[in-house]
Amino acid sequence: MKFGVVVFPGSNCDYDCYHVLKHVLGRDTDFVWHKDSDVSKYDCLVLPGGFSYGDYLRTGAIARFSPVMDAVRRHAEAGKLVIGICNGFQILLESGLLPGAMLRNKSLKFICKYVTLRVEETDTPFTRRIAKGALLRIPIAHGEGNYYAEDAVMESMHKNRQIVLRYADADGWITDEANPNGSRGNIAGICNEKRNVFGLMPHPERSSEAELGSSDGVKIFRSILDVAEAN
Amino acid sequence: MKAKVYVTLKKSVLDPQGKAVQQALSSIGFGSVKDVRMGKYIELDLGSTTAPEAEKELKAMCEKLLANTVIEEYRFELN
Repeated sequence: MKFGVVVFPGSNCDYDCYHVLKHVLGRDTDFVWHKDSDVSKYDCLVLPGGFSYGDYLRTGAIARFSPVMDAVRRHAEAGKLVIGICNGFQILLESGLLPGAMLRNKSLKFICKYVTLRVEETDTPFTRRIAKGALLRIPIAHGEGNYYAEDAVMESMHKNRQIVLRYADADGWITDEANPNGSRGNIAGICNEKRNVFGLMPHPERSSEAELGSSDGVKIFRSILDVAEAN
Repeated sequence: MKAKVYVTLKKSVLDPQGKAVQQALSSIGFGSVKDVRMGKYIELDLGSTTAPEAEKELKAMCEKLLANTVIEEYRFELN
């Protein structure tokens, strides 16, 4: 199982992802420069958080046209794994690898805090080591995480069970109060129809060691290992 | 040829920034303002080209990059 962490100009969670994969999980991990066009040796690509290209125009809008993104698209089309975290999720939305778009947070504020997530789907490569309905404490840190998709897209995501993580309260209820940014359906993370591309706003790489306050995030990375090792 | 491109959120999409500005306007005495929509204004110098060609190119630019048509709509003017 080999991981590649894509580095865009302005990525700032790349080292955190690298650290968790390389040192916490002990897996073979490389940085992949945004100008690279060959990612064929990787099983799983990570698009990390940050402010790629300064978030100019829209979050992820310029990064989407980085040379590496053609390779990421081919990697995804071949059924290999892609996980986009925060800005990485925004890039996946802009590139059309995942449906929907991000709006400014309803409060217009940048929000950096721990949230509770309810795991809605566990038959994805990214959550299969987690129990359905489990609650995860993972921090968010974003100004534009207000997920939007039109009604028809919301319905088809429901039907295909693509909504993987939702913001919940401490007891696991999906409420408006527990929704930090105004996302439709309290959506925090979704996958594509083929289930090999996953995007989420919360930062599992910031919560993968107990010393940091929560190690719930590592459950997501560990789920990915299961799949690769089964292959 | 020069172009002006206007990008705004679709009517069906809530515009939290516009709402905040509307409330601020209301608080300073402009309570009659019914709605505010924020957007982006982009100026482009297209070099020498024909109007039909420029229109075709601008449409492609808007669809591919300048606007995200999941949430935004656009219009442009040429001169």
